[in-house]
Amino acid sequence: MSKRIDVKDLNVYYGDFLAVEDVSINIDAKSVTAFIGPSGCGKSTFLRTLNRMHEVIPGARVEGEVLLDGDNLYGPGVDPVTVRSQIGMVFQRPNPFPTMSIRDNVLAGVKLNNKKISKGEADVLVERSLKGANLWNEVKDRLDKPGSGLSGGQQQRLCIARAIAVEPQVILMDEPCSALDPISTLAIEDLINELKDQYTVVIVTHNMQQAARVSDKTAFFNIAGTGKPGKLIEFGDTHTIFSNPVEKATEDYVSGRFG
Amino acid sequence: MTATSLTSTQGAGRAGDKVFSGAALAAGCLILAVLFGVALFLVVQAIPALTAPAAEIQGGAGFFAYIWPIVIGTLIAAVIALVIATPIAIGVALFISHFAPRGLAAGLGYVVDLLAAIPSVVYGAWGATFLAREISPAYNWLADNMGWLPIFQGPASATGKTILTAGIVLSVMVLPIITSLSREIFLQTPKLHEEAALALGATRWEMIKMSVLPFARPGIISAVMLGLGRALGETMAVALVLSSGALTASLIQSGNQTIAAEIALNFPEASGLKVSTLIAAGLVLFVITLAVNMLARWIITRHKEFSGAN
Repeated sequence: MSKRIDVKDLNVYYGDFLAVEDVSINIDAKSVTAFIGPSGCGKSTFLRTLNRMHEVIPGARVEGEVLLDGDNLYGPGVDPVTVRSQIGMVFQRPNPFPTMSIRDNVLAGVKLNNKKISKGEADVLVERSLKGANLWNEVKDRLDKPGSGLSGGQQQRLCIARAIAVEPQVILMDEPCSALDPISTLAIEDLINELKDQYTVVIVTHNMQQAARVSDKTAFFNIAGTGKPGKLIEFGDTHTIFSNPVEKATEDYVSGRFG
Repeated sequence: MTATSLTSTQGAGRAGDKVFSGAALAAGCLILAVLFGVALFLVVQAIPALTAPAAEIQGGAGFFAYIWPIVIGTLIAAVIALVIATPIAIGVALFISHFAPRGLAAGLGYVVDLLAAIPSVVYGAWGATFLAREISPAYNWLADNMGWLPIFQGPASATGKTILTAGIVLSVMVLPIITSLSREIFLQTPKLHEEAALALGATRWEMIKMSVLPFARPGIISAVMLGLGRALGETMAVALVLSSGALTASLIQSGNQTIAAEIALNFPEASGLKVSTLIAAGLVLFVITLAVNMLARWIITRHKEFSGAN
């Protein structure tokens, strides 16, 4: 239930502005890949092109190919709605639907496209997804309470439960812990470790220790200066990137000597 | 720099705070005072009509018998207006906020706001001279084909000056109110929630159902209530459009009357107890509006837990 992603020569534009230049990267199935780099280097922008969420911003477009097990996400006739139902996303700030109960939040994606499921099936799915997100024990007695009443870390795990309930091929995480306290962060990191048994996980993070802890491979993005496009500088095993990188820029960044 | 003690206050800033809080308090009190004054005036002036012997009230059957048909008429006209205007307004607002290209959205928003700037007497004149004439064939068709429904019972009014026409004119008048308020609310939907829906694989319409409409629900209710307030109180358009008469169930016959139009049409020539009766009618309208607004508040607070405000 997980697929690999191969990106070939991808350029991302906002209107005429080239935001990310010429990225090629191969992301293995059932692995955790971390994107690190300074703010504004285009790693979040690039992440969003992997499920076409960048199209929400007017004028954003890409050139190049993103292949999900060989199928181009940007091929003719490909519906971004289908792409997003296969490649889930977790955002920087927890965003459960405030008007829905915890249970309805988990089922939100499943009920799309007028899909009907029986109450029994729904119960099973809610329990499985919440257990998959390590949240079940904390919320099982209040599934009908609003999701917005949970703590930040719980809300983020609820969002992960919501994402895995639709059984995606890939889960993208855009700085999922940056709004959370250390204990909630640890809970999410443990969860990421478990998720990679079933899913391909791609995570953007500002926290290098986090990248080192959770990821199998790490991609370092950098930017030459304001107004210049972001580029993929180096991509390799996380261990190599943090202990013995090829590029000088990578070494400077991971050792904290970054400009 | 001299050492300042924690208890000493900086003059200018604090004075500003005091002036502002005083002004805000005064403004709030003024609103309450005006509202209370109006209510008091209505009650005092209405007492003679409410206590007079039944035979002296217009119609000769007491104040209640006089007022209830026009209360029903008022509600019918307002309900027609809202039933027509609300879906259209929400649709237009959604189109402006989430579907239209940016250039078109701005232009369309402006045009809708312009509808609110047209004086009600112009709407009334348009309804009475144009809409009523053009729509009467449709009323004939309704009477022929749907006449088995009490509300479309024939014979249809030949002039088209019916409560349904009045309701349609009112709906055009409340449309811009509901549209602009809804549009503002729709635009305030957090990007976060819209993206949450899209990232799950929602289409644009599903995204709107999942994140925009639930978020905007209290705002839509408020917008509709403001529209209702206008529809209940609108005088001129109804007075010009409606050929008034006794209460009838059929919407396409002439007949029915609204409180506001009743007051406007009779007030200039009224005297004595008749004035008091009309003011009592105004009091009833005031109470209806108040009740409707309180109901709206109640609906909004009932769902507070799920409102997204927490």
